[in-house]
Amino acid sequence: MAHIDHSRPLEYSTEENRLKILGFWIFLGAEIMLFGTLFASYFTLVDRTGSGPIGAEIFEITPVLAETFLLLASSFTIGLAIHAMRLGSKKATLTFMGITLVLGLAFLGVEIYEFQHYVHIGAGLSVSAFTSILLTTLGTHGLHVTLGFFWGLAIIIQISKRGLNHVTANKAFIFSLYWHFLDVVWIFIFSFIYLKGMM
Amino acid sequence: MEFFERFMVPHPSFLIYVSMVLIALTSIAIVVGITYFKKWGYLWSEWITTVDHKKIGIMYLLTALLMLFRGGVDAIMMRLQLAVPDNTFLDAQHYNEIFTTHGVVMILFMAMPFITFFFNFLVPLQIGARDVAFPRLNNLAFWLFFMGAMLFNLSFVVGGSPDAGWTSYFPLANNEFSTSVGTNYYMIAIQIAGIGTLMTGINFITTIMKMRAPGMTLFKMPMFTWSSLIANLIIVFAFPVLTVVLAMGTMDRLFGTQFFTIGNGGMDMLWANLFWVWGHPEVYILILPAFGIFSEIITTFSRRNLYGYNSMVWSMVIISVFSFTVWTHHFFTMGQGAMTNSIFSITTMLIAVPTGVKIFNWLFTLYKGKIEMTTPMLYTIHFIPLFTLGGVTGVMLAMSAADYQYHNTMFLVAHFHNVIIPGVVYAMLAGLTFYWPKLFGFMLNEKIGKATVWVMSTGFLLAFMPMYITGLDGQARRMSTYSEATGYSTLNMVSFIGAGIMAISFIMLVWNIWYSFKNSPRDIGSDPWNARGLEWATHTPIPAYNFAITPDVSESTSEAFWDMKKNGTKLFKGKIEKIHMPNYSGLPFIMSCAFFLLGFAMIFSMWIVAIIGFIVILGCMVYRSFEKDEGYYIPAEEVEAIEKQYEKRGAK
Ligand code: HEM
Ligand SMILES: [Cu+2]
Repeated sequence: MAHIDHSRPLEYSTEENRLKILGFWIFLGAEIMLFGTLFASYFTLVDRTGSGPIGAEIFEITPVLAETFLLLASSFTIGLAIHAMRLGSKKATLTFMGITLVLGLAFLGVEIYEFQHYVHIGAGLSVSAFTSILLTTLGTHGLHVTLGFFWGLAIIIQISKRGLNHVTANKAFIFSLYWHFLDVVWIFIFSFIYLKGMM
Repeated sequence: MEFFERFMVPHPSFLIYVSMVLIALTSIAIVVGITYFKKWGYLWSEWITTVDHKKIGIMYLLTALLMLFRGGVDAIMMRLQLAVPDNTFLDAQHYNEIFTTHGVVMILFMAMPFITFFFNFLVPLQIGARDVAFPRLNNLAFWLFFMGAMLFNLSFVVGGSPDAGWTSYFPLANNEFSTSVGTNYYMIAIQIAGIGTLMTGINFITTIMKMRAPGMTLFKMPMFTWSSLIANLIIVFAFPVLTVVLAMGTMDRLFGTQFFTIGNGGMDMLWANLFWVWGHPEVYILILPAFGIFSEIITTFSRRNLYGYNSMVWSMVIISVFSFTVWTHHFFTMGQGAMTNSIFSITTMLIAVPTGVKIFNWLFTLYKGKIEMTTPMLYTIHFIPLFTLGGVTGVMLAMSAADYQYHNTMFLVAHFHNVIIPGVVYAMLAGLTFYWPKLFGFMLNEKIGKATVWVMSTGFLLAFMPMYITGLDGQARRMSTYSEATGYSTLNMVSFIGAGIMAISFIMLVWNIWYSFKNSPRDIGSDPWNARGLEWATHTPIPAYNFAITPDVSESTSEAFWDMKKNGTKLFKGKIEKIHMPNYSGLPFIMSCAFFLLGFAMIFSMWIVAIIGFIVILGCMVYRSFEKDEGYYIPAEEVEAIEKQYEKRGAK
């Protein structure tokens, strides 16, 4: 079996684990470019509303605040989960990861409501360049959260079945990087799409 | 009936029917052949499921050569159509389809896999590693790329080829002006292949950063490895832009979004900008590894180490940064104003500086060297002046005011072929000839090889130099025919003859492979060129684990193998131990097939099939997540036994 270096945290303890973590950081670099392109397109198209509504007309602060709160809280709990993992507590790790996913699910619930609302008030995907890019940017983030949810679920099942070992710890750690990243992206969405749009 | 109608080619012609029959016959012949020789099991267990970087490299190579043929046939057909005025060989629609597929196939499905072949085959060997960082991902990356390529080629026989140019500008590419599903193919096939390329990028950056042999600091890396590192960094930063813009294009065509429409706020120039934010760096993704290959060849056959190693590295770093700052030079005439044009004009010209540094470094290396004119070296010697000419005309194009004269004329076509053929294609063929003995254990014939280079360069000059003249004279790019009165006909005929001569040179290449396979001696050892890099310190054929003992290069330079031969530096210290190897897996292939299905279904808006494809993809991911895969070990005794066999054969 792989050589395990016990002087390091479990998630870094094998050569393969370290490769995976670096690889994932590089992947996040690509993700930054992906969202960066979406943001650049958003800023280009934000005023090009054609005959459709403008942002200030459709944005509502309450659901957005709820989403922000849910996602920020989940970023905190995934941090706790990794902390618990470092301390070697399987139960606490699982609990905090579970809370993270529940919060993520709640976020998705609000977002689905929000999307339905947009379509309902005549700001659907194909109304104008503005609504197209708005829903695409939000949707891309939402899709990432959805994927993250199932990914996290798979990791929870593996940890509960197989325990915390160098494989599962590595997966959980990488998942936490991903989750934090989605949170950072959301902060940009919150500030530069919603707040700026409502001003 | 209606269901099947959508799969028909909307603009059929006699030529398309002939090719359909040929494609069908070839496919049947391949399937029957494999079945007859009972090779399915072998294909599956040795190739399709492989995680060995060398075999994956060879699969990239085969795809690239196949696509070179396809793109080449397109090119010949275009030149034939333009050879005489008022020609009716191809109609306008068919011509549109051919220049579109020619461009896409050549750049994305020929040049890209060709350099990826070199990444795969060479990088782990040059850095003294046993494999890449993520062997499984490597296999997946290949199959995604391959499925994307096949999906794109399918457009030719099912549903119709894309016809909006390889740049697929909107509004030309929207449903109104590009009515067949061809442009859907473009958007989705390139998307799938692009995901594979992104994986390659991540894989190779990790590999080069983390898996170098002990003692190999960054500034001791061989030049090709450096060029690969930079190219893969560009991949990781440029390809996500392509992902987004293709997704937007797909949504405009399939879901009625308004990104690039004319009304309702859409902005067609957004496509042009985003496309070239990816497209320009893409050019450097191709050319930097080509430069890396030339550097390896020049040092080997000048019998001298590279002049200005550090400046070579830094010039590549600078080029990679600048490559993201020049994209609007592709549309100076499309209305962004004098200020923007001037800025991009200057940044474009600035790139010529580090590129010039590289040319001078090569010249200085040659100047002091003892040149040995082998086939790879002959390619390189031809490359330098031809590429420089292309570079000079590039600077001409970079003058934004003057560009109003040559934009979208044959001058531009001449320019970019003038950089891409001597730059990329020559490098790939030179590298292929150079590494052929390492790949397959015999040399290509030198006489035929050198003749090939001369024929190719002759053809190249005849084919493309006339275009500079007709271009300045106003012959537009992508124009399917012209009248006698324009006076373009003689030069276009010369061009056609040149293209034909180039085609002959490619046939000579194939013939050389066949001839050498039959006649070349097999007892050439593992270092027939007396070369310099660590990749030549392996046995031929290279065992699955590459190096029985990981080389230690702390006492060597960037040319570790040369140091060993010249100064007796010890490379392989320590003793043979058990070696950890990754398991083969069929999962990436199955997943890629599901991507193919998903892509095909989306192209034709068959949503139920698309959902099935998507579910299979997710299923593969879940399966992978739960799979326990620790790889296996080759015991030390077995490694020793394998190594002994090589000794007995006298190779090494
Ligand atoms: C081998 C000989 C080749 C010949 C004779 C040839 C010829 C041509 C011709 C006639 C055109 C179209 C001009 C028009 O728009 O009417 C063209 C376009 C193009 N070629 Fe080639 N080509 C060759 C090789 C290559 C290679 C190796 C590459 C890239 C690696 C390449 C990339 C392109 C691209 C990107 C276009 C632009 C397509 C477009 O306008 O959308 N070609 N070529
Ligand atoms: Cu460019």
